[in-house]
Amino acid sequence: MLEGKKTAILGDRDGIPGPDMSNKLKIVHYLNQFFGQIGGEDKAGIPPRREDGPIGPGAALNNSLGEDAEIVNTIICGDTFFNENLEESKSEIKKMLKAINPDLLIAGPAFNAGRYGVACGTVAEIAKTELGIDVVSGIYPENPGYEMFKQYAYFVETSDSAAGMRSAIPDMIKIVKSYIDKNGELGSPEEEGYMPRGIRKNIFAEERGAARAIKMMLKKLEGEDFETEYPMPVFDRVDPVDPIKDMPKTKVALVTSGGIVPKGNPDHIESSSASKYGEYSLEGVMDLDEENYETAHGGYDPVCANKDADRVLPVDVMRDLEKEGVIGELHNKFYTTVGNGTSVANAKAYAQEIAENLLADGVQAVILTST
Amino acid sequence: MQLELGKIKIEDIQFAAETKVFDSTLFINQEELLEIIGEDSRITNINLDIVHPGDSVRIIPVKDVIEPRVKVKGPGGVFPGFISSEEMVGSGRTHVLKGAAVVTTGEIVGFQEGIIDMSGPGAEYTPFSRFHNLVVDCDVKENIKQHEHEEILRMVGLKTASYLGKAAKDVEPDELETYEHKPFVEAAADYPSLPKVGYVYMLQSQGLLHDTYVYGVDAKEILPTLMSPTEIMDGAILSGNCVSACDKNATYVHQNNPVIEELYKYHGEKYNFMGVIITNENVTLADKERSSNFTAKLAEMLGLDAAVVSEEGFGNPDADLIMNSKKLAAKGIKTVLITDEYAGRDGASQSLADADPSADAVVTAGNANEVITLPPMEKVIGHQNFADVIAGGFDGSLEADGSISVEIQAITGSTNELGFNNLTARIY
Repeated sequence: MLEGKKTAILGDRDGIPGPDMSNKLKIVHYLNQFFGQIGGEDKAGIPPRREDGPIGPGAALNNSLGEDAEIVNTIICGDTFFNENLEESKSEIKKMLKAINPDLLIAGPAFNAGRYGVACGTVAEIAKTELGIDVVSGIYPENPGYEMFKQYAYFVETSDSAAGMRSAIPDMIKIVKSYIDKNGELGSPEEEGYMPRGIRKNIFAEERGAARAIKMMLKKLEGEDFETEYPMPVFDRVDPVDPIKDMPKTKVALVTSGGIVPKGNPDHIESSSASKYGEYSLEGVMDLDEENYETAHGGYDPVCANKDADRVLPVDVMRDLEKEGVIGELHNKFYTTVGNGTSVANAKAYAQEIAENLLADGVQAVILTST
Repeated sequence: MQLELGKIKIEDIQFAAETKVFDSTLFINQEELLEIIGEDSRITNINLDIVHPGDSVRIIPVKDVIEPRVKVKGPGGVFPGFISSEEMVGSGRTHVLKGAAVVTTGEIVGFQEGIIDMSGPGAEYTPFSRFHNLVVDCDVKENIKQHEHEEILRMVGLKTASYLGKAAKDVEPDELETYEHKPFVEAAADYPSLPKVGYVYMLQSQGLLHDTYVYGVDAKEILPTLMSPTEIMDGAILSGNCVSACDKNATYVHQNNPVIEELYKYHGEKYNFMGVIITNENVTLADKERSSNFTAKLAEMLGLDAAVVSEEGFGNPDADLIMNSKKLAAKGIKTVLITDEYAGRDGASQSLADADPSADAVVTAGNANEVITLPPMEKVIGHQNFADVIAGGFDGSLEADGSISVEIQAITGSTNELGFNNLTARIY
């Protein structure tokens, strides 16, 4: 059994205690070579280094934070080095952050510097998802670093150039202070002054949903402005691949989101909102019977699937086709998860891993069954 | 059609020698009730418990919640097609024990049953913690198959609610509300200058534990049809339904459909509320296409300018929701959709399984994947060991001390898509 990607199943600070607000908040500041006062483009190739205390814009930040917080270290990395040696930079910076163990990370501000914005975002992703450290940063909204990494940091909106430093610093300080006052539980983007992170959070509205719906309908009817509570996302489109020309020589695998598992669901795949997928052997299995297979899926009538799991994962028919020579062979493993209530991000992560495994095993075609 | 709902306030429930309502208290003769609901030979045991708001009590796994009512005047009776005959309801007078509810629990039938905590953080998410509940914990014989098991529990709940409702028959209501629905031609002529609005009521119909009944008919067997809002307020639709606890419509919610209540508020003033189109959420593409085509056609035949569309469940029914949205919009009907979200535990994923630009006015009842920790309760009614396997639970949900970490989808009624609650989600 393979665990789902950890990043995909983490909630906010999942299992990691929140910052200790009783003492001074320990902050690390991430800067590039330029704001880290090492040099211009000629120094963009320097690898990550750790310095004591605040540097450059960190000094102004540190002064304004007063007794509540302190920038204990600054991590500096050249923008070119970071982007050309991504894995090395990430692992080095992660090591540094782990050793310092700060309560909060401040990155940038990056303004409209593309490579710097992406570096700040990448560092934020590591801090947030791998170490559970919250991140405050500043960025120009059109900097690609914002769109790519917005969910990992509280980004304040800055102007497109360093000329905006004077207003960016107080905006970032405001967020840090609020973060301290509210024990790490920041309010909405409008309340706090950061740009939306694209994270859906539950709140209790003043009126029940039905009353809000009628009011929205009235506005729509009367041609007034209204604000939807859920802006529609843009979905990925996958282009179909070319048809398979030589089926009798093709190795085919079965993959399902219908939750078919060995009886007893040995890996405890959840009935809804699956945090993992399973990989199980089909070696010598000609037919899925009631004694040995069932569904873990909680989103459809399981009676027929439990009686004969081939209805969801058609091993019996595939064995027939194998025997008749219609297909080359059936892959000797199947992959399964529960599609019910499972987030798109998790589903995507499982699909990527499953696809890599299938490719490594020389599988040429997949029949994907859903329910 | 004119319906009077006589609401009798219930502020306490107690077991007593005689079943009656006195001074806002519902007294229940336990033996008599057990005799009536225990008559099914497939039942092995029934326990009754009374729980109140604020009690340190957890009920798990919850199947349905039902409001006790009785017909006092006019045609038909409660729960038509099951307890009463197929006579049309929605007119005359019905008495309601307001503040009381019947909650059914027992061994799990499927995965998608829920939790009601009567106090603590979980109580804020379920609307049913606000009521005085009679909990019916019912066990059935071991060899009973799932479909039958669901049916036995459903009937026990309906029989209990109908038995309790009878106590309200001769009681003077604290409040009397009147709702009217006229024949369509007359209704349209009443307010010719106001826009015509309707309600598209999507009923869960995906199969076992995903069924809804209309006058006793399984909604997967229907073509979309027109109903008077008063019929629904009078209990024509009920739940056979345990889809994820958070967004199934318990029978109680059908009986008290908030969209209908809210639509009545501005009827005749800001718009003309013409009626309700009920439709289903079947699993095949052909059914989905046919039902959404039929729904849009009925809306056009009614001459609707706008409609509220409510979903039930999630994932597969998102496709029905979006088809309805597209097809209504294509007829020039302005729609508002009510749904909930599955944006992942971190809230960073796409919330629905389908999307369309026509769905530009959406009310959300919250992200069902958000995780909550429910502290231990002094008393557990039902079977706490199912916490790990119900939808929204995971391996290790139930801690040794009795606390439970689950997604709020495991909490009964938490993200109800009729807009029953105040919970919603925003971008942070």
